[in-house]
Amino acid sequence: MATTYTLIDKSILTGTQANVEFTGLGSYSSDYTDLKLVISVRTAASGSYDYGLINFNNNTSSYSTRLIYGDNSAAASFTWGSSAQLSTGMINNSSQTSNTFSSVEIYIPNYSSSNYKSCSIDTVQENNGTAYRAMAAGLWSNTSAITSIKLAGESGSWVSGSSFYLYGIKNS
Amino acid sequence: MAATYEPIATTTLGSNQSSVTLSSIPSTYTDLLLIFSGGITSNRELLMRVNGDTGSNYSGTTLLGYGSSASSQRESNSSSVFIGDYSSNPCTTIFQFNNYSNTTTYKTALTRISAAGNMIGANVALWRSTSAINSITLFSSYQLTSGSMLTLYGIKAA
Repeated sequence: MATTYTLIDKSILTGTQANVEFTGLGSYSSDYTDLKLVISVRTAASGSYDYGLINFNNNTSSYSTRLIYGDNSAAASFTWGSSAQLSTGMINNSSQTSNTFSSVEIYIPNYSSSNYKSCSIDTVQENNGTAYRAMAAGLWSNTSAITSIKLAGESGSWVSGSSFYLYGIKNS
Repeated sequence: MAATYEPIATTTLGSNQSSVTLSSIPSTYTDLLLIFSGGITSNRELLMRVNGDTGSNYSGTTLLGYGSSASSQRESNSSSVFIGDYSSNPCTTIFQFNNYSNTTTYKTALTRISAAGNMIGANVALWRSTSAINSITLFSSYQLTSGSMLTLYGIKAA
C-alpha cells in the first residue's frame, strides 16, 4: 500500500532569511490530497510578537483569515485586516525568550481542487513570559490548484534555526 | 512494516445534501482522524452523531471566535454535537476520535473548526456510550455543499 503521510520537502535555516518557499507542488497533484506544514519559527523583528504570513502561488489577493487567541488573561477574536496574505497568528520574534521558537501547523485539505482553498492553522508563542495561543481559519478565494507556498514574517526575517517541513497526505 | 496512518474511506458529495455518513468503520485502529473540507448552504450549523445514535447522549464545549469577539458555549444531554456555524465556502474541519474502538470508556472527540467566512473554533464532545464507534454522520438543518469532501484515516498505535 502507498504511504499515506510523506515528507515532500523541508527547509532548515542556517542563517537569516526573508522567506521560505515550497514550489513545484503541481507535480504532486496526483500523489497527495492534502498538504500539512509543520514549522518551528522565530523572526528577527522586535516587539510583543510578530505574525507569520502565507501566500499561495505568489498571489497577493483574495485571502481572509479569522483568528481566536488567548493572551494570558483573556480570549479574543479578530479578522486579519489584509487580503494580501493569510496570517498564522502571533509568533516569536527577537524580543521573546532566547532559543524559543513558535510551533505552527497548517493543514490544507484538497489543495489541488477547483474549489476555493481553506486551511486550518494552529500557533503557539509560549516563551515563559507573555505568550499567545492562536488558532486561525484561512480562506483563499481562488479556484487555482496550489502550486507553491511562501512563508514570511510580517515584520522580520526568519532567523537561523527556523525549520519548515511540508508533508503530503494521500486519501487513498 | 505495518502502516501507521491509513486512509479508510473518502467521499466527495456530487450534490448538496443534508447529511453524509461514513459507516462500517473497522475497529482495528487505535485512533481516527476525519477531515471535512466543505461548506453548508445558507451559512448554517454543522452537527455530528456517531453510530446513528439519536438519543440524548451527547455533550460538548466549544470555543468560538467570530472575528470580533471570542466566546464559549456548551450543551448537555443533546441528540447531536454542535460543531460550528459554516459558510458555503470551503471550510476545514479536523476531527480526532482517540481510542474510538474500545468498549470500556465513553467516547470523546476533539475538533478544530476553520470556517474563515464565519468562525474559528475548537470543540470537545462526549458520546456517553461504551460502544466502539462504527459510523460517523455529519448533517445540518440545511445542506452540505456539493463538492464537500470527507476523508477518514485510521491511526494505529502498534
